Amino acid sequence: MQASQSATDSHVFSRRNKRRLFRTFEAPSLPGGRATELKNTEQEIRAFQLRLGAAGLLVIGCFALLFARFVYLQVASYDEYQSAAEENRISILPIAPNRGLILDRNGVVLARNYSAYTLEITPSKVSDLDQVIDELAQLVEIQPRDRRRFQKLLSESKTFDSLPIRTRLTDIEVARFAANRWRFKGVEIKARLFRQYPQGESAAHVIGYIGRISQKDQELLEERDLVANYKGSEHIGKIGIEQSYERELHGTTGSEQVEVDAGGRAVRTLSRTAPVSGNNLVLTIDIELQKIAEEALGNRKGAVVAIDPLTGELLAFASRPSFDPNLFVDGIDSANWDALNNSPDKPLLNRPLRGAYPPGSTYKPFMALAALNTGKRRPEQSISDPGYFMFGNHRFRDDKVGGHGTVDMVKSIVVSCDTYYYVLANDMGVDTIARQMAPFGFGALTGIDIEGELPGVLPSTWWKAKRFRRPEQQKWYAGETISIGIGQGYNAYTPLQLAHATAIIAADGLVKTPRLVRHVHDLRTDEKRPVELPVAKDALGQPRPQKLPFKPEHLAVIKEGLEGVPISGTSARAFAGAAYVSAGKTGTAQVFTIKQNEKYDAKRVAEHLRDHAWYMAYAPVDKPRIALAVLVENGGFGAQSAAPIARQVFDFHLTGKRPEKAGQAPFLGKSGAGAEGEDD
Amino acid sequence: MIRRALARVFGGIDAPLMTIAGLLIGVGMLVLFSATYDQPARFFDQLRNFGIALLVMWVVAQVPPQTLMRLAVPVYLVGVALLVAVFLFGVRKKGATRWLNLGITTIQPSEIMKIAMPLMIAWYFHKHEVLVRARDYLVTGLLLILPVGLIAKQPDLGTAILVFAAGAYVMFFAGLSWKLILPAFIAGVVSVGCVIAFEERICQSGVVWPGFKEYQKHRVCTLLDPASDPLGKGFHTIQSVIAVGSGGATGKGWLKGTQAHLEFIPERHTDFIFAVYSEEFGLIGNFALIILYCALIARGFMIAANAPTFFARLLAGAITMIFFTYAFVNMGMVSGILPVVGVPLPLISYGGTALVTLFLGIGMLMSIQRHRKLVQT
Repeated sequence: MQASQSATDSHVFSRRNKRRLFRTFEAPSLPGGRATELKNTEQEIRAFQLRLGAAGLLVIGCFALLFARFVYLQVASYDEYQSAAEENRISILPIAPNRGLILDRNGVVLARNYSAYTLEITPSKVSDLDQVIDELAQLVEIQPRDRRRFQKLLSESKTFDSLPIRTRLTDIEVARFAANRWRFKGVEIKARLFRQYPQGESAAHVIGYIGRISQKDQELLEERDLVANYKGSEHIGKIGIEQSYERELHGTTGSEQVEVDAGGRAVRTLSRTAPVSGNNLVLTIDIELQKIAEEALGNRKGAVVAIDPLTGELLAFASRPSFDPNLFVDGIDSANWDALNNSPDKPLLNRPLRGAYPPGSTYKPFMALAALNTGKRRPEQSISDPGYFMFGNHRFRDDKVGGHGTVDMVKSIVVSCDTYYYVLANDMGVDTIARQMAPFGFGALTGIDIEGELPGVLPSTWWKAKRFRRPEQQKWYAGETISIGIGQGYNAYTPLQLAHATAIIAADGLVKTPRLVRHVHDLRTDEKRPVELPVAKDALGQPRPQKLPFKPEHLAVIKEGLEGVPISGTSARAFAGAAYVSAGKTGTAQVFTIKQNEKYDAKRVAEHLRDHAWYMAYAPVDKPRIALAVLVENGGFGAQSAAPIARQVFDFHLTGKRPEKAGQAPFLGKSGAGAEGEDD
Repeated sequence: MIRRALARVFGGIDAPLMTIAGLLIGVGMLVLFSATYDQPARFFDQLRNFGIALLVMWVVAQVPPQTLMRLAVPVYLVGVALLVAVFLFGVRKKGATRWLNLGITTIQPSEIMKIAMPLMIAWYFHKHEVLVRARDYLVTGLLLILPVGLIAKQPDLGTAILVFAAGAYVMFFAGLSWKLILPAFIAGVVSVGCVIAFEERICQSGVVWPGFKEYQKHRVCTLLDPASDPLGKGFHTIQSVIAVGSGGATGKGWLKGTQAHLEFIPERHTDFIFAVYSEEFGLIGNFALIILYCALIARGFMIAANAPTFFARLLAGAITMIFFTYAFVNMGMVSGILPVVGVPLPLISYGGTALVTLFLGIGMLMSIQRHRKLVQT
């Protein structure tokens, strides 16, 4: 090519030269081209330098592109990546506060915390759960119940939650797992605070328990705007004090701003807000007294509610049978759950709070007071008791065949004369009775400071109209009033209500809302803050006064009658030799109605249909320190089953005397005969 | 006396090249110190690696280019033989057959090809210097494709690309027609453009790319959309881009890179060390590093331009371009514009083999520079 002449030029690159060289260089590469046969070093070097120039352009172009990318990332998008890096590195970890302790009135611990290791699995990080659990079982003991509990938790939780497969690992198990940790992705050992209830079954219904936060709890927390405060918490109070005083017990969650690495491990703490422990609760319960009551109930179903009548403090609040709240803390396994939930004895039922029973004859003193209050009776007014009351064609029988003879008000209480109250109820009418009974708290929530209370039934014409749907059911029949007078019929009250009403009589009309928490103990300020309970309304929707305006002479009559019961009346045997003077009233609540002219025979009736035994009482009579209601389900006569329990509770509370265990059995055996001939 | 002895010892060392390399090594050790804060042993390992590599460089710098030329064919043949051996009896690790067990140690023959390839092709063109025909490009093309194919088959796309590039640069400097280069270049740009444009469709699972392994397809697809696999393949890119971006204009300061020190950057002392550097030294640091590489390349081109023989010119040009390729591909992948392939940042990434290979190249450049006058008679 003609361009070869210009190859004599020096290394100077002019534009013209470049173009020429470009063409020159193509020559050797063309097949069959007219390439020069001569070795032309100069030309070759120039061609090569052109290539170097082209390569240089490529280099500069590529680096420029790279630099543009850097400018884009580091200048234009700096803020975005800066915050991405910060988000990467900073994580806010919640620090769960220690839950407050629950103590009895004397400082005995009822609920506490302890630290233990748990083995936890995050299901979303594990591909084959069963296989992982099988492999874990070779390192730490995993029982079938642990698996069942895990399955139950799994069905209730989100898969990215960390769920415990084993709790309370021993040190050896911790070490064994730690050595094999690398094999288990998504499995971790965590140190956790556990709730423990050292009293076991005792007072379980009062204390309640905590459990893992469920979906429902979570919704509730969202409603109350408490989600943030529960970020680090896994448990929440489910029932009892643990539930009702959750706000006091939980405390305030702290937080830690930590730098985390790519694996999510905290590397260092940037800042920290300490959690504030929950407040301690000091209960009104005396756990010793509680245990006396529980042991007195023994294997029988029933309830004991003991109140300090002057303060409303609940000294004992027993419900039998009971359960071990410790089972619920880590999630109860299905076998235990089924056993508790399906038992015909209903151990989970809080009987004093939620069991509504007809009060039987324990209703009579209240009826009597109502009669005096309304002027329907004067104390000395007597009836002649033939042993029954005829209402139309219906014969309402007294338990004592042949009747009690001449009966005035005091005697009606002491001997528990049914006929007296049949007549009285008939004279008063159901609505008057309801209006008189409502201020005692019958048929209404007492306002006790744990949740779940049931109101029971204070019967009245308007109650019935509201309760039933069909017109013939809504109508009140006058005959229905008669048995209301002896605490039967539609009457249904909780042991708590009866104890509360008894306390009102004991305290001469003083109304104190029953309470389980004496004070909240703030450990930071050492402040002991009493709990304010709202004033409860009565069954008629009226606010209840601080003190019911009974005339002292009226109260005196009722009290005289009640004091006669343990001395010469139905509970005389149970209270023989007591070191104090008490007042009380037995009661027997019918579970099913006995046919006309048929005699109730406890031996012939299936146990679950047997009468419920009641005893209401207070002591000492001059300055009452304790008022109580005892219920023994299917216990038969009140004198026989319930009154001895009251005696043991009184003995311990007033004199410190514990029951002699050996003396219990023969006493029960004889009491049946002793109660004969009297009404319950 | 002493001066003469020193001159003898350092006679082969090209001062400008050594200065630039020294600066890069300095930067490298600084970053490596930060990147291996939790494994200080690595820092000293790398110091030792530098010692070995510098020794290799010095030795090679003493060897005249003619000797290198004589070595080209045997080294190439041994390299290919070893690659074939890998293909037949290679050791399989992490889904790739790249290693050969020699009893005493395992070696990675593809590393040898990074140097053997430009030597071989340059030798070939030098032999046919008088009249380079199209046939010669075909032959060199075959010489190039055979080992590259074997390496790609292992599979090791990163090394295959580097080896291919090394050979292709020689062909380019030898005068491969623009008529072939430009269409290939345009085709490349167009196909990359197409991949980016149709990313969504072709990256769906189940779509098979002919000639590509599943993991290679994954790499390309995660490059196009790192968020598609943030915990898997995309994690590298996402985190390294965050590291680079959060470095800002001036960087977070030496030893203060949070992305690096909290282990968000994988391979932070090897292939992704640039993310650590970029996070701690920012745009200014990046600019300085690019300038250093440009200086290295400029010096390499200068040596190539002054080289006495066709072989030396081709070799020097190709080696220089290999440095560029390493730097560009590495920084490109860290900043998220190129797919993640196993290419170290030259003279900065931790790792002995790559360092020796690179200093071998620098040694050759020095040898060419030193012997430029001796042959010019």
